[in-house]
Amino acid sequence: MSMNSVGRPTAPEMTPDIDVTAASFRTLLGGRGLLQNEKLIFEKDDYSRTGVDFADVEIDASDLDGLLRGDDLGLPGLTEPEAMRHYVRLSQKNHAIDLALYPLGSCTMKHNPRLNEKMARLPGLGDIHPLQPVSTVQGALALMDTLSHWLKTLTGMPAVAITPKAGAHGELCGLLAIKAAHEAKGQGHRRTVLVPTSAHGTNPATAAFVGYQVREVAQTEDGRVDVADLAAKLGPDVAAIMVTNPNTCGLFERDIIEIARLTHAAGAYFYCDGANFNAIVGRVRPGDLGVDAMHINLHKTFSTPHGGGGPGAGPVVLSEALAPFAPKPWVVSHGSGFDLIEHDEGISAENFGRQKPFGRMCAFHGQMGMFIRALTYMLSHGADGLKQVAEDAVLNANYIKASLQDLMSVPFPDGPCMHEALFDDEWLKDTGVTTLDFAKAMIDEGFHPMTMYFPLVVHGAMLIEPTETESKDELDRFIATLRALAGAARAGEVARFKGAPYLAPAKRLDETRAARQPRLSYS
Amino acid sequence: MRYLPLSAHDRADMLDKIGVATIDDLFVDVPQPARRAGTVDLPTVAGEMEVEAQLQSLAAQNVSPANVPFFIGAGAYRHHIPSTVDHIIQRSEFLTSYTPYQPEIAQGTLQVLFEFQSQVARLTGMPVANASLYDGSTAAAEGVLMATRVTRRNKAVLSGGLHPHYRETVETLAHAVGIKTEACAVAVDHEADVLQHIDADTACVVVQTPNVFGTATDVRKIAEAAQAAGALLIVVVTEAMSLGLLKSPGEMGADVVAVEGQSIGVPLSYGGPYVGLFAAKEKYLRQMPGRLCGETVDADGERGFVLTLSTREQHIRRDKATSNICTNSGLCALAFSVHMSLLGETGLKRVAKINYAKAHQLKDQLVSAGFEIVTPRFFNEFTVKLPKPATPVVEAMAARGVLGGVPFARLQNEPGFENDLILAVTETVSEADMAALVIALKEAVQ
Repeated sequence: MSMNSVGRPTAPEMTPDIDVTAASFRTLLGGRGLLQNEKLIFEKDDYSRTGVDFADVEIDASDLDGLLRGDDLGLPGLTEPEAMRHYVRLSQKNHAIDLALYPLGSCTMKHNPRLNEKMARLPGLGDIHPLQPVSTVQGALALMDTLSHWLKTLTGMPAVAITPKAGAHGELCGLLAIKAAHEAKGQGHRRTVLVPTSAHGTNPATAAFVGYQVREVAQTEDGRVDVADLAAKLGPDVAAIMVTNPNTCGLFERDIIEIARLTHAAGAYFYCDGANFNAIVGRVRPGDLGVDAMHINLHKTFSTPHGGGGPGAGPVVLSEALAPFAPKPWVVSHGSGFDLIEHDEGISAENFGRQKPFGRMCAFHGQMGMFIRALTYMLSHGADGLKQVAEDAVLNANYIKASLQDLMSVPFPDGPCMHEALFDDEWLKDTGVTTLDFAKAMIDEGFHPMTMYFPLVVHGAMLIEPTETESKDELDRFIATLRALAGAARAGEVARFKGAPYLAPAKRLDETRAARQPRLSYS
Repeated sequence: MRYLPLSAHDRADMLDKIGVATIDDLFVDVPQPARRAGTVDLPTVAGEMEVEAQLQSLAAQNVSPANVPFFIGAGAYRHHIPSTVDHIIQRSEFLTSYTPYQPEIAQGTLQVLFEFQSQVARLTGMPVANASLYDGSTAAAEGVLMATRVTRRNKAVLSGGLHPHYRETVETLAHAVGIKTEACAVAVDHEADVLQHIDADTACVVVQTPNVFGTATDVRKIAEAAQAAGALLIVVVTEAMSLGLLKSPGEMGADVVAVEGQSIGVPLSYGGPYVGLFAAKEKYLRQMPGRLCGETVDADGERGFVLTLSTREQHIRRDKATSNICTNSGLCALAFSVHMSLLGETGLKRVAKINYAKAHQLKDQLVSAGFEIVTPRFFNEFTVKLPKPATPVVEAMAARGVLGGVPFARLQNEPGFENDLILAVTETVSEADMAALVIALKEAVQ
């Protein structure tokens, strides 16, 4: 099925293969209508321009001795109109959630409310310095305290470390707390972390990063952690297990309470990768599942924008056992206001005597800009709205699965999926079309491809996460597109896929060449 | 609920299509004891107007630097950001896009990252730069880990002028991995002590310039000594604007450079998000952490950009990756790059000179007023040794509406440094602000 110009499905086109007139038409200078080629800022013959009106003052720099920069830096300047046009033209070569569905599984590309942006830019929040006297930032500390309260309440966990700057940084924080807890108990010999084969790459990378041996845990035929294999691998050398729940196959780990019990019985801690918390927020508390530490990607569950690759924020909730080891700094309430504990010396006071922080994750106090946006999103939804978030995220994913599973193969067909629907490439067998080709053809239809080839445990994986902020109309448009593309693949229209994308700002890019002959800066 | 488009009718239709009766049927895999009836104990849905009022009330409890004489630095700096920067980073196609995994529809982000890498390389005087890390402190820690991979040695020497938060961040990670760190004695000018710590186990020496006391350091001797011993020199810069005036780390022989880029394009935001600039010599390219954007061609032979050398990264190499980093600081890197493009070399040098001139003007005023300045050479930040502990002095000034610097004791409890007050002066400081500071400081130390 394809679409007419107003987005209504039309009858399938019966053309045997592709004839994209636009692809064969070349403009004289290479631009494409509104889509203009844009040179690099460095490709100018005059670097002397500037878009900022500062006076050129004379200075006496004699006390800097030989430290004065003498050379030209080679940094081009753009006047304001040049800069505006350069970046706006570049922006038009990007897909974005504000343009269309962005079904990247495990990435959670949901609507980014602009109220969040407005709040993060209030001068009293966006323009304050991390080292101002605490008496001058009571509102900021109150905000961090409130955010912490929401995170603890939603997860059913007693403590939170808010400074980690991203999900992977949160994993690092959680494992460092686990390591510190073991060392405090004289269990420093525990050197192994168990990670399921389906885990995010950051899990084994983080464990290895802090010096643990990583041992993989097998997966069952229904896409979950193999509890028998886990039990067999748990032993006196195991420091922790890292499990993503809902997992990367988009499934809830049915045995999670048993997994936690076995882990604790073996003297290990349970790290839960909370990347997929949006599937259960408001409905299931990780604390009730036996989790000891879990990071929460504020940019995923709580809608802070992804910004083309960050910044994120990865606060970590901690169980009673791990809470004392939370890194510095943290916010405390003292009746009439808030204080910030930044030093080991600051915790000698009676109330904090049990605290043994394992150290510091970064300078200052974490991603305040993201805290503001996340709290704004939480307040906007409230407890009832966040529960609805999880329900709609799960409903949308299951709707996609139900609407496509007659055409596209599903590796784990039994039972519902959570917030993402997983397909594999079994259904593309013998068509000559690969998962990659199929994804690139989606670009021509105006959609960002789904996550491909992940999780690694499924051959030719296609992981689709619609999120809760997609309307049924948009889902239907997406489903109709995928059905039409699936039909084309099965009808043997191989060129449509092999040459795709035809209509994107760039044709398929040579990634091998980029890696073999790295060119990483302008010269 | 304004962000949730499904209607009750949609939901019913969709459940019907799925073939289940209720939404609860989609949560059947959740073990019974963990299924919650009702909602958690938190406030319920709120309209835009109510939420805005709540956040505004929190914001109103803070003193914003725009409204008072303001001299706080020590790792985060208040500079003017042109309006264009914020406008561009709020464009949907930058703000609401993801990591550029599909390069054909992410050429905007990718070209920006390529330009960013090029700018960072030139600013730091290094051949290669990555597409940003979380911030300067974590970049410094990544640099130390990289140095141990490269040299297969196990000790990092941390200079006595390194920002204490950076030192703690490095130590936290290093100790977890089993890397030994040696922190040199805290010093306003630290060169000699650093040299004494270098030995055959040394993987790297971490030196900050300008350092936490503001001292601009000639790192050439340290570079020579480190490299002669087979170690790497990691230069940390927390005030990126200084690179417009001071000799670049690359020119002084650095092997790795870790910079906090916040000064260029990124607001203070109470400590984050910021942007870590990371650059190195070319021979260390394959050991670098984080994302790299590379130039290539598309099927038509047109120039294009992709994320590259991903065999270093966690999603490919898993437990063999150079770092566990997945997210970078993309939007802040864009802000940095736009601001840098607007400044250009001309604007950067001019604003750097203004910072220098104003800071030295304040120093002269304080010297005239009888204060002792301990920083020998500086860019826009220097340290005053007060006749009494700095912490209550800063509190007293704050009570008078002057945000007058950072007591070193706020960063580290170090005997002998209780009276040290670090003052930063940027282009945003006016003559009247300086006069107010001098008066407030004189009164507060009496």
